[in-house]
Amino acid sequence: MSPRSSAIERLASPRPRPVEVLAWLLPALAFFLVPDNLALGVSIMTYAVAVLALDLVLGYAGIVSLGHAAFFGVGAYTAGLLAVQGWKEPLTGMLLAGAVSLALGFLASFLVVRGKDLTRLMVTLGIGLVVYELANRLSSVTGGMDGLSGFEIGPIFGVFSFDLYGRTAWWYVYGVLILVFVLLRLVVSSPFGLSLRAIREGVSRMPALGASVDHRLRTAFTLSAGVTGIAGGLLAQTTQFVGIDSLSVGRSADFLVMLVLGGTGRLYGALIGTTVFMIAHDYLADMNPVYWEFWMGLLLMAVVLFARGGVVGAGRRLLQTVKTKFARAAP
Amino acid sequence: MASNILGILFDGLAYGSLLFLIGVGLSITMGLMNFINLAHGTFAMAGGYISASLSQKSGMPFLATLPVAFVGAGLFGLVAERLLFRRLYKAPHLDQVLFTFGFVLSSIAAAHYFFGAGQQMGVMPSFLQGQIRVYGIDLGRYRLLLIAFVGLITLALHLILSKTRFGAQVRAAVDNQDAAAGLGINVGLIFSLCFALGTGLAGLGGALGIEVLGLDPGFPLKYMVYFLLVVVVGGAGTIRGPLIAAMILGVFDVAGKYYVPQAGAFIIYVLMIVLLLAFPTGLGGKRA
Repeated sequence: MSPRSSAIERLASPRPRPVEVLAWLLPALAFFLVPDNLALGVSIMTYAVAVLALDLVLGYAGIVSLGHAAFFGVGAYTAGLLAVQGWKEPLTGMLLAGAVSLALGFLASFLVVRGKDLTRLMVTLGIGLVVYELANRLSSVTGGMDGLSGFEIGPIFGVFSFDLYGRTAWWYVYGVLILVFVLLRLVVSSPFGLSLRAIREGVSRMPALGASVDHRLRTAFTLSAGVTGIAGGLLAQTTQFVGIDSLSVGRSADFLVMLVLGGTGRLYGALIGTTVFMIAHDYLADMNPVYWEFWMGLLLMAVVLFARGGVVGAGRRLLQTVKTKFARAAP
Repeated sequence: MASNILGILFDGLAYGSLLFLIGVGLSITMGLMNFINLAHGTFAMAGGYISASLSQKSGMPFLATLPVAFVGAGLFGLVAERLLFRRLYKAPHLDQVLFTFGFVLSSIAAAHYFFGAGQQMGVMPSFLQGQIRVYGIDLGRYRLLLIAFVGLITLALHLILSKTRFGAQVRAAVDNQDAAAGLGINVGLIFSLCFALGTGLAGLGGALGIEVLGLDPGFPLKYMVYFLLVVVVGGAGTIRGPLIAAMILGVFDVAGKYYVPQAGAFIIYVLMIVLLLAFPTGLGGKRA
């Protein structure tokens, strides 16, 4: 096989390597090893779904979004409100949450793809702020600052009911995370996913190849919004509470930090970044939140200056150095 | 009713003047280096804290603290630019956004640590309190001072940019950085000076604005959108664009809060999206 076709093969193959399958068993191992902290595992995997979705627009399509919490929160409120109204079936509730966010993302995508980097950033920020203000004003529906609570979720498949320890919630979110990962993996290795990367690398060349840039960016943004909505739905169902901060710009920024910490444009970066961020946050929870912010800011600056590509990028570079050293040492 | 509208217009213009004063430096630096800086509010906050602590702790008169705030924030900006920001001029926009956002987060925590979480109070001299009645409209003296002050600064900026050698160099660098550098202009130095001037003006705005904008550790994040908006809507790299944008934002924000208080900040955000979509490159901008 020529090197070029093998490169294309590598870029475009969604087929999992054995290492990956083993890696996906790690969370299941954690379930049995740390059974007393399942809630943390559930929230890590819930946020991981949202951060994966963000990776699709940021890492692959190259759109910096500071408004993804809007889709996350809308999904959460959709799932929460459905349950309040008596729709207790979780799977359809989650899918509807995703569908509502998908529709909102579709509308928003027309605004987002206009303009360049900075304008895009501001428009996504503006969409986030508008949705937040709306939820805040419609407090009769959303519960305003108090949030939405006091709803119950029915059993999954009508069999597995949500328990106090979060065991059912854990397997539920784990399953959804795997499905979402597989879906996104298929998307980014499809011709569509490859064209997104091409747009990111050289936006002016794509129209010359006869590809509609705006159309592809809109599709990616819409899909990402839908998946983020699913994450929001999961949050509402597993915690049985929806707070207005799930819509806040701070939450959007958290997603961005998690993704950058792990590394963009790799999907696995999203998973690792979310895990590191959430565990650090959990350990430092006793600390004054202000000082958490200080270290967060410092960490962000350090990642940008010294560790482009986040944890995954740094790991890959380390592996590369070791490999070349060994290659040199060997005759 | 008519006097009511004029009063709101007046308040809105005063508010817009402040936004312009803080945002104009951002416009110049963004236009010059195409550098997305979310941390501009941090320098405005620094100026505000310098002024507030000088007037509270050592009893310095308010007006005398203003030059100190200007110089202090400008020096802070110069140091930050030389040590940190200049490393990112060639970096992708995402890196710039993340870095400056991290800078904002850390600065908020630092301000919290040094000055506490509470709102700072400015000590206004008595001759700035109260109102003057002009043709049946009550005009706040302090706001009148704001507008006059910003008018003078705008005039000075305009003269510097259009009449001096330095101004010609800045304009050349905004138009075409490479050609300017090729003609022997030290673009890096120009940029450092512009950054210092811009952050100094922001510090001055932060100090002047304690009464109107308030001052607490959350300041850089709370007004980040407004400052960016002044630049993005106005168009980076000019003075006229941000001036018009700041006045529009100021008047709409004050009018919205007065007439439809239940809508809150909603109006300004919708206005922002509409303006951004209608003018993707800004009202008077050369570059998006």
